[in-house]
Amino acid sequence: MAGLATSLGAGAASNSFDQISEADALLIFGSNTTEGHPVISIHVNKAIKNGARIIVADPRKIELVKWADVWLNLKPGSNIALLNGLVHVILKEGLYNRDFIEKRTEGFEDLKDAVEKYTPAHVHELTGVSPEKLVEAARIYAGAKNAMILYGLGVTEHQTGTENAMAVANLALVCGHIGRPATGIMALRGQNNVQGASDMGPAPAAFTGYQPVTDPKVREKFEKAWGVKLPSKPGLKSVEMLDEAKKGTFKGLFILGEDPAHTDPDISHIRQALASVEFLVVQDIFHTETTRFAHVVLPGASFAEKEGTFTNGERRVQRIRKAVEPVSGKAEWEVFCEIASRMGYQMKYNHPSEIMDEIASLAPIYGGISYARLDQGSIQWPCPTKDHPGTATLYQEMFSRPGGRARFIALEHKGSGEVPDADYPFVLITGRRREHYNNGSMTRRSKGIMEMFPEELLELSPADAAKLGIKHGEMVKVSSRRGEIKVKVRVFERSQEGNVFLAFHHQDVLTNLLTSPHRDPITGTPEYKSCAVRIEKL
Amino acid sequence: MDGKQAGKLIKILINQKQIDCEEGKTILEVCREAGIFIPTLCFDPRLEPYGGCRLCLVEVKGINRPLSSCTTPIQDGMEITTESENLTELRRTMLSLILSNHPNDCLRCEKAGDCSLQELAFIYDAAPARYEGERWDLPKREDNPFITFDPNKCILCGRCVNICKNVMLKGAIDMTGRGFHAKPDTAFGKPLSPENCLFCGQCVSTCPTGALVEKPSARTGRHLSVKKVKTTCSYCGTGCSFFLNVKHGKVTKVTSDYDSPVNKGNLCIKGRFGYEFIHHEDRIKTPLIKEGGKFREATWDEALDLIASRFGAIKEKYGPDAVGAFSSSRCTNEENYLVSKWVRTVLGSNNVDNCARV
Ligand code: SF4
Ligand code: SF4
Ligand code: SF4
Ligand code: FES
Repeated sequence: MAGLATSLGAGAASNSFDQISEADALLIFGSNTTEGHPVISIHVNKAIKNGARIIVADPRKIELVKWADVWLNLKPGSNIALLNGLVHVILKEGLYNRDFIEKRTEGFEDLKDAVEKYTPAHVHELTGVSPEKLVEAARIYAGAKNAMILYGLGVTEHQTGTENAMAVANLALVCGHIGRPATGIMALRGQNNVQGASDMGPAPAAFTGYQPVTDPKVREKFEKAWGVKLPSKPGLKSVEMLDEAKKGTFKGLFILGEDPAHTDPDISHIRQALASVEFLVVQDIFHTETTRFAHVVLPGASFAEKEGTFTNGERRVQRIRKAVEPVSGKAEWEVFCEIASRMGYQMKYNHPSEIMDEIASLAPIYGGISYARLDQGSIQWPCPTKDHPGTATLYQEMFSRPGGRARFIALEHKGSGEVPDADYPFVLITGRRREHYNNGSMTRRSKGIMEMFPEELLELSPADAAKLGIKHGEMVKVSSRRGEIKVKVRVFERSQEGNVFLAFHHQDVLTNLLTSPHRDPITGTPEYKSCAVRIEKL
Repeated sequence: MDGKQAGKLIKILINQKQIDCEEGKTILEVCREAGIFIPTLCFDPRLEPYGGCRLCLVEVKGINRPLSSCTTPIQDGMEITTESENLTELRRTMLSLILSNHPNDCLRCEKAGDCSLQELAFIYDAAPARYEGERWDLPKREDNPFITFDPNKCILCGRCVNICKNVMLKGAIDMTGRGFHAKPDTAFGKPLSPENCLFCGQCVSTCPTGALVEKPSARTGRHLSVKKVKTTCSYCGTGCSFFLNVKHGKVTKVTSDYDSPVNKGNLCIKGRFGYEFIHHEDRIKTPLIKEGGKFREATWDEALDLIASRFGAIKEKYGPDAVGAFSSSRCTNEENYLVSKWVRTVLGSNNVDNCARV
């Protein structure tokens, strides 16, 4: 989310889900909303019913293409070229919002120069999208009264993920499609509490509420609240901790409820790193690929077994409530209090509501949030004070950057870290399926779901299937420079020629043995969406 | 919400009480907002009104036949009566007709206590018509793991078909057959399968009777005997709200929270049917300590002491830069906050991060 934060101020969705159905045009970019966020897609359906124009930008022929006015079938990794191309057309055709650009943004001249060479013909070469479609999409988006962008991990899970998000912001800003209801940019996140987990500041350079650790004033505030001196040097990102572990310089790691040995790219590297940690604690509700490496495993409590809050993809803070007792007797928040106290730092709360009170006292965006209020209804941050109603639409008056203006960022097409070649001629795109979730440890334990959706299948285009002489249901070996897996094939027109698709929910098809080691240098987000593979009939 | 333009304010009389309301709404909407009860069977706020069941009739002064309130927009100065002897009689007759071709087997029905038909039959004291005609005796459909359809309990309100076609844009089911033989079904009566259905359960969530029910929770506890705990889905970042139904300390079912601003009662297959993991036998139940390459069970005290002493010792020996934590996008805000606090205050570094940043 660093991209949106740089351009606009906040690393979060600018608007609310229920505004989607009120937009006149939707640009759905790198998000298979129907499967990834089924209930958000109900809002999209409503927009379709209301007659909104729909633009889908995705290398796969996802279900939404059926309802789209234009499908921009770009090559994986060519997001920036496509977005620059859209801006190019909008500027050339005079469809931009001069007034908005003047009053609310900076850096427009840089952008203008940068997109100059992204003519429809050039963009066609880079992305494979036809000039006609590019122009039509630009006209639809720019011409709408209220246009909204929904983007998914197809934007962020690239080595240029941060820049891709900035390119999205550029597009919204040239048209002034932001800062009003039913406009803006909705970044659709993968896991349930990604937003909250970012807000809470388990981050190497920021405390709770995006407050930098390098700022002495901020540190002072936290030092006073927490009663200890705090380090001013930013810490290591998760990838860096693992890299250091492999080198032998990082020794003790606590992993809470994550499964990097399954869901991270380039698993072999992760496995070596985890094996090198001197003392590894993993807390989870089920055994995973990662718990195998642990020295101590702690049982986690499921969402049904504890009190707390999650923050959804529209910045809405909502309660979760304890329905049954934790199987292991303890919730994670209690465990952390006990560990801290055993290490000589008193951490004691009678109830998670007291933790929220502390969060509210330290993070201004959560300032007015309390369990008493949340019991009356959920609240969207920023909510700075007890009587503030919360915020459905960001940036109505100002962007949350110094000076209050949004910033255009000049960007160049770079492409993916790994592109197909003679040895590895296919692009593997990875993603999610509607019926499963992440490492699958939860959904694979539902009998009904497993009965209906028992196995992972490699999606291969009919043309490629014919070329390789592979039939529906046959087993193939998929290999990349990092590893290989065996999987059954589904011949499916959803894939375009040259691209194949796999999800990563199943333990017997460890898709991430294949995925690319390339990462976004700014956020460390892996390039899950594109790597080169070879497919061989077994 | 700040997106919608408020309609013009007008005044109407409902049951002789003056009410200010926004133009463009229906009589039913205004009454619901004002807390005035009007019975409905085919209405669901998630759907365009269909006007099929005629239970929501009201009298409007100057119009000599009752109007269905779910489809009639309000007009300035309207004088509306929501209940009268005549209306009550009409409603009772319509309910009696429905009950005449209904199993009326509430004793054994999953939906008892949460069924609109049962509730309205009670309120209006309706019984099956005295001269009972032919009744359906159709086989129950249990051809998929999620949804059971008992056509005999179907009152043909059309809600399931409507929600599947117009909210999900899926159209897995449609009204088939005519007259007495009409019922919702898939094309050619095929079983619901991934080929034609999303298993979102929206049809179940809108069915006013026990015709469509969740199969996995069959016979585990009905509305009045379960505790309902409102919570937030733990799968994706949409953050749908729903109720966990709990009986004997076990989660038995997920039911819709129709008032949620996020999902308005809608859910997907994971939220509605993906709860089995909670009580799965594979859950890790105690702390485990690895010894000689194998895990053995340990008490909390033993495990937490070990963690505290090992992290303490490593920090002592190699310095705070050599220790850290990955926090989780699956855990709560409070837990993420505490991880961050623990690493910074106790371990003394800023080595704390979300695992994958996705
Ligand atoms: S489960 Fe969903 S898709 Fe399937 S029939 Fe019901 S509403 Fe339609
Ligand atoms: S199955 Fe339920 S929702 Fe569908 S028509 Fe029959 S009663 Fe109505
Ligand atoms: S019910 Fe489905 S769409 Fe809603 S939060 Fe859960 S997983 Fe996401
Ligand atoms: S609720 Fe109005 S006709 Fe059924």
